Amino acid sequence: MTKFTDHLGRPVVAVTGIGLVTSLGKGKAENWAALTAGQSGIHPITRFPVDHLNTRISGMVDFLPSSSKGASALTYELAETAAHEAVAEAGIGLEDFGGPLFLASPPMELDWHDRFALYNSGKETPAPERLLEVARGLNSLDMFETSQFGSIADRLADRFGTTGLPITLSTACASGATAIQLGVEAIRRGEAKRALSIGADGSATAEALIRFSLLSALSTSNDVPEKASKPFSKDRDGFVLAEGSAALVLESLEAALARGATVLGILRGCGEKADDFHRTRSKPDGSPAIAAVRAALADAGLSEDEIDYINAHGTSTPENDKMEHMSLSTVFGERISRIPISSNKSMIGHTLSAAGAIEAAFSLMTMREGIIPPTINYDNPDPAIALDVVPNVKRQAKVGTVLSNSFGFGGQNTCLVMAREPG
Amino acid sequence: MNAHDVVITGIGLVSSLGEGPENHWRKLTTPGVKPVLEAERFAPYTVHPLPEIDWNLQIAKRGDQRQMETWQRLGTYAAGLALDDAGMKTNEALCATMDMVVAAGGGERDVAVDSDILAASEQRSDRDVLLNEKLTTELRPTLFLAQLSNLLAGNISIVHKVTGSSRTFMGEEGAGVSAIETAAARIRSGQSTHMLAGGAFQTEHADMLLGYELGGYLHRGDWKPVWQRQGAEGGGVVTGSGGAFLVLESREHAEKRGSRIYATLGPVLSGRSRRARGELKAGIEALLDEARLPNGELLAISGASGSHKATAAEKAVFDAVPGIAARGFSTLTGHMKEAQFPFAVALAALAVHHNAALPPFEASERAFAGATQTVLATAIGYHHFEGMALVSAP
Repeated sequence: MTKFTDHLGRPVVAVTGIGLVTSLGKGKAENWAALTAGQSGIHPITRFPVDHLNTRISGMVDFLPSSSKGASALTYELAETAAHEAVAEAGIGLEDFGGPLFLASPPMELDWHDRFALYNSGKETPAPERLLEVARGLNSLDMFETSQFGSIADRLADRFGTTGLPITLSTACASGATAIQLGVEAIRRGEAKRALSIGADGSATAEALIRFSLLSALSTSNDVPEKASKPFSKDRDGFVLAEGSAALVLESLEAALARGATVLGILRGCGEKADDFHRTRSKPDGSPAIAAVRAALADAGLSEDEIDYINAHGTSTPENDKMEHMSLSTVFGERISRIPISSNKSMIGHTLSAAGAIEAAFSLMTMREGIIPPTINYDNPDPAIALDVVPNVKRQAKVGTVLSNSFGFGGQNTCLVMAREPG
Repeated sequence: MNAHDVVITGIGLVSSLGEGPENHWRKLTTPGVKPVLEAERFAPYTVHPLPEIDWNLQIAKRGDQRQMETWQRLGTYAAGLALDDAGMKTNEALCATMDMVVAAGGGERDVAVDSDILAASEQRSDRDVLLNEKLTTELRPTLFLAQLSNLLAGNISIVHKVTGSSRTFMGEEGAGVSAIETAAARIRSGQSTHMLAGGAFQTEHADMLLGYELGGYLHRGDWKPVWQRQGAEGGGVVTGSGGAFLVLESREHAEKRGSRIYATLGPVLSGRSRRARGELKAGIEALLDEARLPNGELLAISGASGSHKATAAEKAVFDAVPGIAARGFSTLTGHMKEAQFPFAVALAALAVHHNAALPPFEASERAFAGATQTVLATAIGYHHFEGMALVSAP
């Protein structure tokens, strides 16, 4: 008999729908085919001019109708597209989801094109006053909506008929994982039978690129874009800014089976721990990342020996990959060199607010398909990082459990543990 | 009484009225107290400005202060006040296991750089190239983090060592509602024993006003109390700088460490009315029903923004319930966006704690002679999202 509660007596949380968009394509099928073929979605930037920029490549999603319409429009379309796929797969009414919405998305700012338009429709007064003068004469809420942090979730709630007040959240690069964690917690507390968790990020604007560039966080390997993201390599030189989205339909296992849904995987555990060391650097002893991994394992009721595969945060920055290796070595001991660990970011880049959700989606597919996606561009291994990174070529393997790591700027660390089968 | 009841044991407040719970209580209970207004700097808009703050009192390192724009500094400061008030500040063990939910906005841009780019755009048709040229050379590298939404929580971790977990919710007043609601749910379920939840808003920046005015939401012309702005020029919202953080604990956790309990946090309710379809009034009524108000007279600490439609709907609902006496604190503090709901809950907790009501803030608010065993707190978003909570005697 299937057990519907976990080791702590809480409802087991199943995944019954998955949706995906990355620079590799739209939908799970396209993404999985490209990811397991070791293809890169990183390409030269064409959305805006690259004059004066040190980084001229990215993993932007350039094939959607909103791709040229600003961060708010694109983030909405990314979220909507992924959620549509996930909800349809779950076999739930597309306009009557009937559970809460948790959206990880980037902070919203008025697009520069709108700023220019406002400014140049007024005259004489200095910029700050002029924007306000023109703004109060606008006859449309379109620009207003793009500047409100809650608008995308508000629209998604209308679109899919989610219940209650939607939560929009940011834990930087861990946001997507946090959105899933919030959904898991709502189901475990009995507040909902199902939840829609989405991570979406369409905010790769010129200004975003420049901001990360000024922090020396981005790869400048412009010449061969598909080679730029090289996690765990000795010559890694930063992450590649990217866009994408993933949506998961989470359901209590009991409710999912009662309605005859196909269970795609189990969200077994979530763990988090904040870092108090520095705004962009992690504590030298790795203790927050270590604590986050251990908290996720404890929450899942699994020991270190019971993790079959690790979906790495693996950003390809010198700092992250070193710290991630160190933290994992502490948790898993010498076994870490034998656990397969790969970075999806080697192919899709760093999708920021969406990354945790996208990588959870890929982790679930890894278990279901029995194929581990590779870490590509692993031509020049970092000798200080002794890991089985599933170099360059996918690997067939029976994977029953996955740990997926997300470590954010601002010290927000979230780890997820997923399983192929219940209990 | 239950071991997992949520109790309020720490309050950190900053507004134009000053800082700290007792200071706010004293001012707000002084009949006829006048708001602090700044009508010149952002004319034709009036704002309630920050009081004078000695940042060193809560953010010891100058280096840390420099890494934050005013909004983050304000939030970190208010969070420090709450921790201090709860007797948790510098208690490493308690802070290291404390969970945190911050309601955040962000986006304090560099006005000088932006103005320079906009001025240059009058002469240039290649505006995208202009952007690259200016932003790569003129942006302060640290500004990105100093105004980024999730870095308020990041700075609270760094400065106050709150590291159990860290989540940031975004979405105007709704973010504040969800922050308190989620924090309470975690404690009730036994998932957390002590939490820090709250937010801050710093309005003295043209972009922060623009966020409202793109939707035509700001009140213009002479200042008026929050319920008196219907029909006046503009959209009815007068903003204020401020912050509100609460330390929430399970009753068991609070009693075990012998902490003072201001009040018990009862049901926290949230909603998303489809306002374009005219559902807001019914949505507010539904939340009131769900709250199961006690019989008789009830004090309501209202976070009404002044936004014409939303505030009219809230007023209509209150006017129809004979026992409710509302106090729109925005009259005295201005609208503090993400901090609005935490601020409302904090004032409700103070009324319960002092077992006293707040006097009317304006002529249209009716006198209240009832008990404050239980007090209602509301935040009806100026544009979207709604929330309420009931706060009761410990």
